[in-house]
Amino acid sequence: MAHRKFKAALLAAATMSSMVAVGVSAGTSSAGASGTVNWAKVTHLTKTGPTDMTALIKAAKKEARLNVIALPDNWANYGTILKDFKKKYGINISDQNPEGSSAEEITAMTDDRGRSDDPDVIDVGTNFAVTAQADGELAPYKVLTWNEIPANLKQSGGYWFDDYGGYVAIGCDTATVTTCPTSFAQMLAAPASDGYKIGLNNSPLSASAALAGVWAAAIAEGGSLTNIAPGVTYFQNLNKAGYFVPTVAGCSTIQSGATNIVIWWDYLQASEVSSTCLKTWKVTVPSDALFAEYYTQAINKNAPDPAAARLWEEYLYSVTGQNLWLQGEARPAELAYMEAHGTANTTWEAALPAVPKGTTNVPTPAEITAAETTVTSTWPTEVTTGP
Amino acid sequence: MTDSEPPNRTLSTGPGTSVPGPEVLPLERSGRKRGWKRAILPVLAMAPFLIYTGVGLGVPIVYIIRNAFLTFQGKFTFANMQLLVHGTYLKGFENSLLLSLITSVVPGILGVFLAYSIVTSNSAVLKRMVATGSAVLANFGGINLTFIFIAAFGTTGVITGWLNYVHIDPWNHGFDLYDFYGVAFVYLYFQLPLMVLVITPALGGLRQSWREAAQNMGASNWRYWRHVGIPVLMPSILGGMLLLFGSSFAAYATAQTLTLGTVTLAPIQIGDTVSGNAIAGEANIGFAIALGMLVVLSITMIFYGLARRRASKWLR
Repeated sequence: MAHRKFKAALLAAATMSSMVAVGVSAGTSSAGASGTVNWAKVTHLTKTGPTDMTALIKAAKKEARLNVIALPDNWANYGTILKDFKKKYGINISDQNPEGSSAEEITAMTDDRGRSDDPDVIDVGTNFAVTAQADGELAPYKVLTWNEIPANLKQSGGYWFDDYGGYVAIGCDTATVTTCPTSFAQMLAAPASDGYKIGLNNSPLSASAALAGVWAAAIAEGGSLTNIAPGVTYFQNLNKAGYFVPTVAGCSTIQSGATNIVIWWDYLQASEVSSTCLKTWKVTVPSDALFAEYYTQAINKNAPDPAAARLWEEYLYSVTGQNLWLQGEARPAELAYMEAHGTANTTWEAALPAVPKGTTNVPTPAEITAAETTVTSTWPTEVTTGP
Repeated sequence: MTDSEPPNRTLSTGPGTSVPGPEVLPLERSGRKRGWKRAILPVLAMAPFLIYTGVGLGVPIVYIIRNAFLTFQGKFTFANMQLLVHGTYLKGFENSLLLSLITSVVPGILGVFLAYSIVTSNSAVLKRMVATGSAVLANFGGINLTFIFIAAFGTTGVITGWLNYVHIDPWNHGFDLYDFYGVAFVYLYFQLPLMVLVITPALGGLRQSWREAAQNMGASNWRYWRHVGIPVLMPSILGGMLLLFGSSFAAYATAQTLTLGTVTLAPIQIGDTVSGNAIAGEANIGFAIALGMLVVLSITMIFYGLARRRASKWLR
């Protein structure tokens, strides 16, 4: 008996020592490269050394997990992007609340602090990133391709950086509408016989895409980035004319014919309508209003997987990541640079709706906040259908 | 009618019922004698419920009250509450109150007639179907309900299509699904069944003997209702309407998806500030609106409680 016990103890000791040996060898090998690196404090990668790309990949693989939030599969090609990242690095991604909004992303980030499922990275409307930065919730980080992001699409300290965007576009069902409108002016001036039933994807008080729709209308009607009021008046007139259908427009209202025209981001019309819902859906960037906006990436200061979070950003801002957004008919932040250097995928680029000549209006976060304040107070009273 | 007893009668301990009052009363007495064991058992049985409501209702209420008086940066302020009595947020409350009033009174009255015709019918199948149907429909709402109405009554809707077939277009006669009264119309879909659900037991409690007594004394049908039926039912009807008021006041998704903020309502404004994509950093205004709604609903519930108490005087 004693003999057997001794053998068992020996075996256990051997196992333990071999485990220790493995642990030590892993420790020593990483101590040289990245063992002492606190990735939560890394603000950019270096070409070589303990904070280079190889070390980042290794550290991220060790974390083996990435928490993202509010990334729907059919939104700007995120379905493919998530799958490709998983495959490439073997890192598991958990997508919390895929249909969530920007406000919910920020709430989750602050309320889940300290938990292992706290979102590592967020993808929000720019003004939400600005508020989060002001609250000290974000970690500054500059991706390797930082200089390829246009200056007006990033926070100079690296706290947030725009990722992809698009133009406000007019979608129209060519099967049922004989004269599809190509401008905001045309929609309002159209005779009733054209049968326009124009929808927005949501309320401009709750969705930035709808706010952009009102803003684009403002620009067509003589407004500007600092004056959204004409857009509210435009929808007031559209409503009086009986062309505005104030309900959440989407695949179901489009298929049923309740809305045959929708004002929405071009890339979301592409992914949620033309490709999956209605093949006869045509998306046009209006000739009288070039209005574009970008969504914004940022890293959670308290990210539970700081290395994976940084690797995710490096991946998104690599040629592969940028081109995958392009495949989703969204315009990646580095598109201009990629066009100039021939790295943009030409097939996918050709599928984008044509942009008419003119200056593109891109609002700043401060302008967005001001516009939102105006719309909050005027939309319910001017476009009202209440008593 | 004579043999249909109100379902709540079996739970009664009051006088004038044929149901086991005597067994209940001694139990209460012995409870007092045996002391703490009897006192603690009901509390223990209630504990899961109390904990559940504490977590699900108590904690959020404290959270709402606290946040309503904080700025986004976490400093104390009255600014959020002051916003409630001006401009768009005041309008939201006005619209909400008016909508709740209309959608509690109209389905409240219709519901009484509908429930009465069902209670007095002889078809047990119909009664059961209406009871089950009402329970389901009273809880139906949200974006699905919105789309049902768009598909049925929208400009390209099925029912609109049928009416067009006989050369009637409701949309040319002042009907609009997407305005204030359109929302009220859609709310009927869940408010009417809710009223039927809450008023049916009360109607069942009207005893045949009362009517016979009135008739024996020479009362006409009208006098019976005027002096017996309606006074007895009134607290239940008002209670039902108050419940409808609360249900309508708190409804959110249906109106939000149907009108995109063009009919502004208090709960929609909360949604815009708390879970939107557009308004950043104004969640505390949402909490202030929520506090305002809490006050309105508390008042409603107090009146509802009073109405229930009055109703239980006769309809046990």
